[in-house]
Amino acid sequence: MAIVLELWDFMKVRKKFWLLPIFTLLLLLGGLIVLTQGSAVAPFIYTIF
Amino acid sequence: MSAILGLSAFYHDSAAALLVDGEIVAAAQEERFTRKKHDAGFPANAIEYVLSEGEMGLGDVEFVAFYDKPFLKFERLIETYIANAPRGFRSFQMAIPVWIKEKLFQKSLLARELKQVDEAFAGRDKLLFAEHHFSHAASAFYPSPFEEAVVLTLDGVGEWATTTVAVGRGSDLKIVKELHFPHSLGLLYSAFTYYTGFRVNSGEYKVMGLAPYGEPRFKDVILDKLLDVKDDGSYRLDQKYFNYATGLTMTNDRFSDLFGKPVRKPDVDPLEQFHMDVAASVQAATEEVVLRMTRALAKEFDLPNLCMAGGVALNCVANGKILRDGAFENLWIQPAAGDAGGAVGAAYAAWHQELGHERRLDTTRRDAMRGAYLGPDFAQSDIEARLTEAGAIFDTLTDEDVIETTADALADGKAIGWFNGRMEFGPRALGARSILGDPRSESMQKLLNLKVKFRESFRPFAPSVLREDVADWFEIDDDSPYMLLVAGVSAERRREMTAEENALFGIDKLNVKRSEIPAVTHIDYSARVQTVHADTNPRYHKLISAFKKRTGCPLVVNTSFNVRGEPIVCTPEDAFRCFMGTDIEVLVVGNCVLRKEQQDQSLAEDYKNKYELD
Repeated sequence: MAIVLELWDFMKVRKKFWLLPIFTLLLLLGGLIVLTQGSAVAPFIYTIF
Repeated sequence: MSAILGLSAFYHDSAAALLVDGEIVAAAQEERFTRKKHDAGFPANAIEYVLSEGEMGLGDVEFVAFYDKPFLKFERLIETYIANAPRGFRSFQMAIPVWIKEKLFQKSLLARELKQVDEAFAGRDKLLFAEHHFSHAASAFYPSPFEEAVVLTLDGVGEWATTTVAVGRGSDLKIVKELHFPHSLGLLYSAFTYYTGFRVNSGEYKVMGLAPYGEPRFKDVILDKLLDVKDDGSYRLDQKYFNYATGLTMTNDRFSDLFGKPVRKPDVDPLEQFHMDVAASVQAATEEVVLRMTRALAKEFDLPNLCMAGGVALNCVANGKILRDGAFENLWIQPAAGDAGGAVGAAYAAWHQELGHERRLDTTRRDAMRGAYLGPDFAQSDIEARLTEAGAIFDTLTDEDVIETTADALADGKAIGWFNGRMEFGPRALGARSILGDPRSESMQKLLNLKVKFRESFRPFAPSVLREDVADWFEIDDDSPYMLLVAGVSAERRREMTAEENALFGIDKLNVKRSEIPAVTHIDYSARVQTVHADTNPRYHKLISAFKKRTGCPLVVNTSFNVRGEPIVCTPEDAFRCFMGTDIEVLVVGNCVLRKEQQDQSLAEDYKNKYELD
């Protein structure tokens, strides 16, 4: 639950409330991806993310 | 007493640093303990070490400062995917699970891990987060010897920023300009590292080392097509040639078409003159951008001092040019300019910015980094016990005899493993965990590259030279204690090449003796100089002085004590293993001297294939 409050505070500070629906959608979509695959390892050439 | 623990972790080069009453007490990278190069895991070992050095537990630490802001990074990630959608879905598919499972919850993760290190950790409220580039800027300014300075940070990417300009005055430090992702000089250099077949994030040194073998015939292509550089050095990258923003590679087919060859496959495609020319071109383009920047900053802020940090600040060839350019009178670069140094910066940021402590500049010393000797040290009795346990056969000598014996061995042309005092913090070995050799020897570079370090034969070695003698041997008369400046070998020490030798190309040129000190003279007569100072490393200074007494030469070859792909050695056991697995002939650990021929050869392991190539 703390994470939701922290994200909300973050959006307030950054004044980026338009991110809210996108965050929600992405978290849902991301959640689906997590559920449908096993490991969460980023095989990036450069660890930008 | 007030202590701040600084941390960098989860991307590359995890590290911990401890600041007590505003003084840096200890700092170390996690890779040295786990023996995993560029270890990005939570730095539990490094934390334990720095706390032990400060003789405290996590309960005594006022704040733990982390070196970047995960939410800001997540914002960048989301906005980048949205801006490029539907392109980038595969990358999104891979990145999002990592974030949802772990990285979004970094505060909880850090608190949990810290509790595991020490139950006494007071919890989430003790965690602070500094912006990535602010951490770099703080690591460059606060330990510097300047009261006021312009601070330039350049790296791949932090949250959004890739390049920042800050101004530091006393305890105040403010970022005044930023360039944002995807426009990044660090990522441009990494793109070429990838294109020339080296590993991104560690092979950048190789590109820099390869550059002098080539002609910068693609410099204009880079400046015209890939970059849009303004007079003040600000730039944009034409993203149509790159793939890093949303893809899984650094460059795309358009990039390869522009230069006319596909990406080099390491260990399959040979290094050709083409790759050397590409390396020379990106190096020249990088220098052009950085010099435009520093000249414009000197004019704009009218301050004599420049501080630098960020991965690009490890480009010592560019640094040497900034110094010689003279736009700034003084230059100071954080020795751990990469992400590991972010741990130091985050701690300083918390101390001065969050807690509001005054900065007290100590003008009696060179800077606050203590020569970068901030890592573990081992007592003589401990060294002897550890070496005995490892099966080593050694003589224990007096301080004076260690110096004399080592200097004799160096003058005899032997490769020496030199383990002395506290380990260095940052990527460079500075005479605490070093392999040393005679720079006058024509065969030393080849011997060290192929038989000791097991690395590519084109890679140059650096000299450690007595500060008082540096101007006699190199075209520099400044302090360079952290080996972050490249300077030419003095004209009178050079040997002119014959027309025939000049006609040689690429690596063939390397075998030609170019100066009195061929082992540390790169193909273009340059050298990555470390000045050695009696106040920060007296024992190393004594050793080089003893070598000078024998040979008239006040410098030695200094390369890091490791093999290709291995983190620099940390403990006496690491040093003994590396000694036994390579052609190092003499190992000096504290006051213990080991000779290869006296050791039990059955203890030698196959060291060449032990570490994954970098």
